[in-house]
Amino acid sequence: MHFYKKGLAAGIPIALGYLSVSFTFGIIAVSEGFSWWQAVLISMTCLTSAGQFSGIHTMLIPGAYLDMLLSQFTINIRYSFMSVSLSQKADDRLRGIWRWIFGFFITDEIFAVGVTEDSVSRSYMAGLSTLPYLGWTGGTLLGALFGSILPERIMVALSIAIYGMFVAIVVPELKKNRDVILVVAVAAAASCVMTYVPGLSRLSPGISISIASVVAALVGALIHPVREEAAEDGC
Amino acid sequence: MDAKTFFIYLLVMAGTTYLVRAVPFALVKEKISNPLIKSFLYYIPYAVLTAMTIPAIFTCTGSYISAALGFAAAVILSLLGQGLMTVSMLACLTVFVSELLIR
Repeated sequence: MHFYKKGLAAGIPIALGYLSVSFTFGIIAVSEGFSWWQAVLISMTCLTSAGQFSGIHTMLIPGAYLDMLLSQFTINIRYSFMSVSLSQKADDRLRGIWRWIFGFFITDEIFAVGVTEDSVSRSYMAGLSTLPYLGWTGGTLLGALFGSILPERIMVALSIAIYGMFVAIVVPELKKNRDVILVVAVAAAASCVMTYVPGLSRLSPGISISIASVVAALVGALIHPVREEAAEDGC
Repeated sequence: MDAKTFFIYLLVMAGTTYLVRAVPFALVKEKISNPLIKSFLYYIPYAVLTAMTIPAIFTCTGSYISAALGFAAAVILSLLGQGLMTVSMLACLTVFVSELLIR
């Protein structure tokens, strides 16, 4: 119970952050033609920001199932790395079926908070996951139901919320580790090339992002291999 | 989109997302030691988030000016050590105010 409460408390800021971003997701999903329950169901089953924003656009293309699989795989492959990293912190009782259950809740922010602990238990993971999950699905519901009554100006302003969150994840790491600057620069340049160069720009956003990010991370790994500690408390 | 198409897409999307997270969490029991793989793993989250943000952030509000101001606000606030929610909400506020001024 002690660890559950500790996790719960650590999840409050994450949940509040999710509320605003998922509210935007709800609004966008409905404006793209999805119904409110579809938006909520997507949030309940996926629990991922970047993947969902990209996914609803892929859904609008008829029959792009392979595209969906590839783009979701690449956008979300970062979670594999976080899962591997977090698995090193799991205590003796967080194993077997529990890993399959709590694996579902590994998001960028839950990972970032969880990995700072010396040891992660089942009850801590349960506590840490509770409020962000409610925030994510609740925010989606509110956005989907009430987003349409918001004035146009507010909707325009909210459309930058998700990107603001991404910036807030990347920039602190840039400050902490200068080697990340190269990766970010290559990723930004490659993404612009994929978006604007004729021919390449016909590829779906999911695939473009995947290619750009794999190239950038590879360049970073080859030119600036990370030192032991950086890799452990960073990613 | 009909319901069947939606559920197939949802299954692909949720299934991929879940497996990508849970399989490594459940199966990896030892430490990874290959420095190239470790480095790649460390860099990939930042590479993905950057590629998703740039250049898309500059067109998300329908005006390059308000978007660039929102982006600048987010970068500055992050450099100042503000958290996810503060950065995200103040970026929205910056866009809102600059849209009021330029339209």
